[in-house]
Amino acid sequence: MEELVFTRPRYLKKTPFHYCPGCGHSIIHRLVAEVIEELGIGDKTIGVPPAGCAVLAYDYFDVDMGEAPHGRGPAVATGIKRILPDRIVFSYQGDGDIAAIGTAETIHAANRGENITVIFVNNSCYGMTGGQMAPTTLLGQNSTTTPGGRDARRDGAPIDLSEILALTQGSVYIERTAVSSLKNIIKTKKAITKAFKAQMAGKGFSLVEILSPCPTNWKMSTIDACRRIDETVVQTFPLKVIKDETE
Amino acid sequence: MDKKQLMRGSQVIGEAAVRAGCRFYAGYPITPQNELPEFMSGAMADLEDGTFIQAESEIAAINMVIGASMAGARAMTSSSSPGISLKQEGISFLAALELPAVIVNVMRGGPGLGNIAPSQGDYFQATRGGGHGDYRSIVLAPAHGQELADFTRDAFEYADRYRTPVMILADGMMGQMMEPVVFPEAVNPSELPPKSWILDGAQERPSRIIRSLILDTVEMEEHNWKLARKYRMISNEIPRAETYMTEDARLVVIAYGTAARIARGGIRRAREMGLKVGLLRPVTLWPFPDRAIREMSRLVKDFMVFEMNTGQMIEDVRLALEGRSNVHFYGRPGGIISTPDEVGKAISSLYYRQHLKEDR
Amino acid sequence: MGESNGKRPMTAKTNKGRIVIDSSLCKGCYLCISVCPNECIAVSDETNEKGYHPARFKNTKGDTDHACTGCALCAIMCPDIAIEVYRG
Repeated sequence: MEELVFTRPRYLKKTPFHYCPGCGHSIIHRLVAEVIEELGIGDKTIGVPPAGCAVLAYDYFDVDMGEAPHGRGPAVATGIKRILPDRIVFSYQGDGDIAAIGTAETIHAANRGENITVIFVNNSCYGMTGGQMAPTTLLGQNSTTTPGGRDARRDGAPIDLSEILALTQGSVYIERTAVSSLKNIIKTKKAITKAFKAQMAGKGFSLVEILSPCPTNWKMSTIDACRRIDETVVQTFPLKVIKDETE
Repeated sequence: MDKKQLMRGSQVIGEAAVRAGCRFYAGYPITPQNELPEFMSGAMADLEDGTFIQAESEIAAINMVIGASMAGARAMTSSSSPGISLKQEGISFLAALELPAVIVNVMRGGPGLGNIAPSQGDYFQATRGGGHGDYRSIVLAPAHGQELADFTRDAFEYADRYRTPVMILADGMMGQMMEPVVFPEAVNPSELPPKSWILDGAQERPSRIIRSLILDTVEMEEHNWKLARKYRMISNEIPRAETYMTEDARLVVIAYGTAARIARGGIRRAREMGLKVGLLRPVTLWPFPDRAIREMSRLVKDFMVFEMNTGQMIEDVRLALEGRSNVHFYGRPGGIISTPDEVGKAISSLYYRQHLKEDR
Repeated sequence: MGESNGKRPMTAKTNKGRIVIDSSLCKGCYLCISVCPNECIAVSDETNEKGYHPARFKNTKGDTDHACTGCALCAIMCPDIAIEVYRG
């Protein structure tokens, strides 16, 4: 008897993704939807999509979704969660959204220990606007606003927001993973599961930073983009559990 | 009916908000409105279902209000002029997302940091929308303590009815003054009409989206027209103005809020001198009560707009009159509070200058 | 396909896996091809409506037919959920 062992998760609509070929966003969407399904929380989850490439996340996730202005996801999520503390609230944010324009909202949501989960997608560039320098752009990395490469003296060095968030008392679980390989994808799903479980147990602020390929703006093949994460990006943003106080 | 209580204006707004069923407040300290968040911190702590958050910024506060409103709560934030500027992004989103919320602006002198004295410098910002895009916010202009209570209740009602942000435009004087107030009956939030659009988890219903990004130009145009139809409906349904001694008036002062209160004193002094002067006070600043002003122009050929700024509402008065009558201006910006005597003198000098004393 | 005498080639074992690629969803990133341990996926000569040459399930590894084990690695890697996996 033949068995269907892999198909589209219940909490993703049948809408085809608008993302570029080889983009990590769609893998991450799927992982989040799989976790929501496996944890049985689809009918009480509310998502907050960002401004950026994932702005249309509400077209894909089949859970309640409420848009936030650029960078304000953690503040919007705070408002929702405080009114509906028994629901599961996640914000989905890119590196520019979370580590540049929304730094204050993110740090203070973490510091208050808001019982929300943040999915932080780090692709080291502003994707939707066409590949400008992001707060996470690596030193020497070319972007449309750092011709010749990011220079620490001119542009500042890449910011490690996850490490900063780990310093706040209210954060309980912060892990950096990647979707550059099968092994990393499986680890990422485990991390997302753990983050949502931390919220379900009322522990406090949880965040998974996910290194994600942007072949289009990195001007690379999809496979080379994954390799770049594994060989180069992890030098600046090492994959690890940054903080775990869930036990 | 509750009995009369003596209370500071900022706290009146807070108490009235709680009684209107407000269960979420987020704000950031700024003078001269700090008594309001301070009051809310205690009031929300006393409620089982109340939330108070001292936000990290004005921007965060208004976005928390967006979230609370999405989740179905009656939510409020407050600030003073510079802080309201920071909230404009969120107010534009509230309008676009069609979310109810109440925003209190206790105006102070500006632009920039300005000062902390009462002012009406934010009239344009409040009535023109303030943030980006093609939208309006309902703007209510109370003039004394009792109206702070009543209009706060109205603000939450309008916000829910029209699913749009409502601003209460007060000033430092109103916020600080202690006045007797009778509060309306308290509303139990669980007895308010259920909202069919909130995000509370897609249990036994399809999932919902609340969004303002509309990339398709045809769809965006339709959304804009939909908002415009709503604004037209609001403009037909809620404009309010109050008149004082206008029956036989040959000169009518148009002023709102604290300025209207001062104008009353000026008008009384002018009346003592035998001048036929009255007051028209816009209560809703948006929608502006143009019809009331236009009606009055049939008998009154001279209006004096009095504002605590260099002349902002005067533009709406001119638009309302469309040249039917003469429009004059008297104003003091920068946090200066004119005295009734001063306004009385401005009235009488205008009265004589326009030869209104002479028989028609 | 393949054998003119109609006989199946002898293989070490016959794997019981199968994938279905929705070629309309495929954007031709070929990450699936990069992770398939049995070389069961190839690039199609055809283009889909998006203009990409989609991935195609060929289910062979060298001379081995039915090489797919239904391990689902391709599906886990696929960004566009274009692959469904059957086993058994």
